[in-house]
Amino acid sequence: MIQADLTVILPEIVLAVYAMAALLGAVYTTKDGMAPLLVWATSGLMAVLAIWIATSGNGTNVAFNGMFVDDGFARFSKVAILLSAAAVLVMSQDYMNRRGLLRFEYPLLVALAAVGMMMMVSAGDLMALYMGLELQSLALYVVAALRRDSVKSTEAGLKYFVLGALSSGLLLYGASLVYGFSGTTLFSGIIQTAKHGELSVGMLFGLIFLISGLAFKVSAVPFHMWTPDVYEGSPTPITAFFATAPKVAAMALFARLMHDAFGAAVKDWQQVIVLLSVLSMFLGAIAAIGQRDIKRLMAFSSIAHMGYAMIGLAAGTELGIKSMLMYLAIYVTMNVGTFAFILMMERDGQPVTDIEALRQYGRREPGKALAVLILMFSLAGVPPMLGFFAKYGVWQAGVQADLTGLVIASAVASVIGAFYYLRIVFYMYFGEETEEALDTHSSPILWAALMGSAALMLVGVVYQFGIEGAAAAAAATLVN
Amino acid sequence: MDNILSIVTFVPAIAALILAVFLRGEDAAAQRNAKWGALFATTVTFLVSIGIYTGFDPSNTGFQFVEEAEWFMGLKYKMGVDGISILFVLLTTFIMPLTILASWNVETRVKEYMIAFLLLETLMLGVFMALDLILFYLFFEAGLIPMFLIIGIWGGKERIYASFKFFLYTFLGSVLMLVAMVAMYVDAGTTDIEALMSHQFASQSFSVLGIYVVGGMQTLMFLAFFASFAVKMPMWPVHTWLPDAHVQAPTAGSVVLAAILLKMGGYGFLRFSLPMFPVGAEVLTPLVLWLSAIAIVYTSLVAMVQEDMKKLIAYSSVAHMGFVTMGIFAANQQGVDGAIFQMISHGFISAALFLCVGVIYDRMHTRDIDAYGGLVNRMPAYALVFMLFTMANVGLPGTSGFVGEFLTLMGIFQANTWVAAVATSGVIFSAGYALWLYRRVVFGDLIKESLKSITDMSSRERAVFAPLIVMTILLGVYPSLVTDIIGPATAALISNYDTALAAAEAATQVAETH
Repeated sequence: MIQADLTVILPEIVLAVYAMAALLGAVYTTKDGMAPLLVWATSGLMAVLAIWIATSGNGTNVAFNGMFVDDGFARFSKVAILLSAAAVLVMSQDYMNRRGLLRFEYPLLVALAAVGMMMMVSAGDLMALYMGLELQSLALYVVAALRRDSVKSTEAGLKYFVLGALSSGLLLYGASLVYGFSGTTLFSGIIQTAKHGELSVGMLFGLIFLISGLAFKVSAVPFHMWTPDVYEGSPTPITAFFATAPKVAAMALFARLMHDAFGAAVKDWQQVIVLLSVLSMFLGAIAAIGQRDIKRLMAFSSIAHMGYAMIGLAAGTELGIKSMLMYLAIYVTMNVGTFAFILMMERDGQPVTDIEALRQYGRREPGKALAVLILMFSLAGVPPMLGFFAKYGVWQAGVQADLTGLVIASAVASVIGAFYYLRIVFYMYFGEETEEALDTHSSPILWAALMGSAALMLVGVVYQFGIEGAAAAAAATLVN
Repeated sequence: MDNILSIVTFVPAIAALILAVFLRGEDAAAQRNAKWGALFATTVTFLVSIGIYTGFDPSNTGFQFVEEAEWFMGLKYKMGVDGISILFVLLTTFIMPLTILASWNVETRVKEYMIAFLLLETLMLGVFMALDLILFYLFFEAGLIPMFLIIGIWGGKERIYASFKFFLYTFLGSVLMLVAMVAMYVDAGTTDIEALMSHQFASQSFSVLGIYVVGGMQTLMFLAFFASFAVKMPMWPVHTWLPDAHVQAPTAGSVVLAAILLKMGGYGFLRFSLPMFPVGAEVLTPLVLWLSAIAIVYTSLVAMVQEDMKKLIAYSSVAHMGFVTMGIFAANQQGVDGAIFQMISHGFISAALFLCVGVIYDRMHTRDIDAYGGLVNRMPAYALVFMLFTMANVGLPGTSGFVGEFLTLMGIFQANTWVAAVATSGVIFSAGYALWLYRRVVFGDLIKESLKSITDMSSRERAVFAPLIVMTILLGVYPSLVTDIIGPATAALISNYDTALAAAEAATQVAETH
């Protein structure tokens, strides 16, 4: 019995054991001298695990009496999480190294966060959910404050920790209410209680608190306040990490909790998600207009994008989940490319985040500027880029679920949001000449990540690497 | 040549890719190569597109040269042309080599300029050929990107304001259309335009947010599409982006904008609004007709007081597009035929007028009407060409401008006499502003010091105008060239429209009696 359980969670075990062993190894040997090697080893291992999970698993396997679920949905999310984490880790090496930030703990904390995320998306029980969430969050709090001598970085870490602890409290309180009124922490048990007609008031309360806690993790408005500060304060590679894998994990966990535990009460949570979604889209679109700092801008952009992804969740249907997963996959790809570019924004070796520094970038670096142009239009959701199809997918799910009002609101928000993506294009191509040009050197890894992600935005329109089928299969296992 | 449509559509894009990948450097040789490469590609596209014309059978009212392939997310790659769209395809392939030729003096970022125009051509052709809703939207919307860059990079002083206004205005209209498209897909289960044309969308009236909507779903969808096409046309009062965009765009950008991009709105009305939402169209016809009538009179008056030549022609475009929407929503044979004819003819005439402005702008670097006067003394050939197109713009019989205006007015007279009466006064106003512009720029004595050394048109410029002159006069004296092709298709469109309306009427009566 125990062996069957262990087989199911083998990928998580491998990654966790690796992280702990590497930690010991590094402490007893050359410490930070091992860091570059560990970065490559960690991302390599994560990529291998992603391929393994993508190719090996089939069907739904349950371990530990339903606490841990390994199904198509979990596998899809895990592959997205591991691949994006691996990509961001590799991208960060050069940046961290040149600033003396490349400590051996960094790749291992990212690996542990990844274990937490894998646990989250596979959670079949409120306890398992909380364990995964906290493992992820604790690792993230630490990496946010990785630059200990920087006030902004420590402030980001502290802010993230305090607000994160608050949200964990909300989540736990909700979980305890749900447990109290349903008598079980297993999702499969909770859904049985929910099936008996209306949700009781206690269950509703618990549900709302759970949603609040998760909304914090996906940085949905009104639980978004930490996002801009943490994005701005953290070292850029960490920001890139925050904007990708944890978002996928949190959205996937959100979807799993809503469908696995409360799938019988769609109407009860749908209205809450709709509200979160509308607020996120509009705040993300409007607040970003005034931003000059590209990292803050991307923070608001990610808030808005989570709003769009939540349309798929709000639909409460299989199509909704499928479109949400595709949205997340496309969103992560765009963000990896965009952050690869932000990592390259340097002047005299110092990072620059002011978007005005991009003036006339298109003239100096036509290739990279073109890639950024493609990514910006894709983020804005302008066809023919893949970002448009992401939006089209969630809108389709939304209209089918009779949420036409939400879809129209998101259409308006996407026009407002287009403005600030266009402004980056404006600086790169139409802006006045500046004397202080950005550095032209760049690491080949960053260049490849930027170009690859931009190319995918165009190639994806013709060939999608089977992602649609995988998302459909994943959605089918979750919603039934 | 089973996939001639795809070939025509993607030849410019492939040429753009080749330029982007293989052309290096900013020196004179690279610039020359970019120009000749773009000219070659657009000319080849035009020559291949003649194959569509010769192989086209006007008596067949369905889609021809259809290509179909599975895409993803339930979408299809489906292309085809019918009597309504084929002429727009040819107009596009015809105009593009001329715009490239007219841009021969561009000096900054020539390679990028040519790439933007080539991509734009692909996207515009795609709009007129797409037979899948989302494919149509993709081309329709993607065209904004190159145009945004063309205005923003190679435009005039206020180019940034103009480019943002252009983009955001059209983007807002289009996303509402996209929402309606999604709703159509959810309702009909397909994005195939051919199938959607025969699908009956619900037209029972209902209340939404306390407002009683006559025509129900159809009216709402019509409005969503209207938001996009009215901005694109542009119709009064959402036309304000156009004068800005025109004034700031480089000459070739203005030409493409006026000659082709504006036609997408009219084409959209004919392809989607009338056939797919007949009940909604009927409900809102009075609104559209009166907006058109206002556009014709109001923008003509506004045109009269303009100081800037391009702005004047831009407003005149809005007025002429008013005739188009009026003709389309007259919903009879003359009206719709006239509307299509007017769009094609305006494609040649407005292109030529913007090129006329470009000719003197290239020499004097100003578009102020007051800066000119007496050009006939030094530029007789230019004066002749400009006069021909001024007359065509006014709608002088014998030019293509007359046929379109006359047909639309005849069509609307049968449908709504009052609108016809108001619109006809616009014909007089258009004569007013066009002739006055001509007099101030070309006639009079050549007293301005700066104009004393101005030179007449070069042979390159003459070569650009020659095809436009031929087409304007040819269509003016022999309009059957166009009407024979569009006639059967518009007849089918109108009979389907009337049948659908009668069916909806009958259904309502049945519902009321029960």
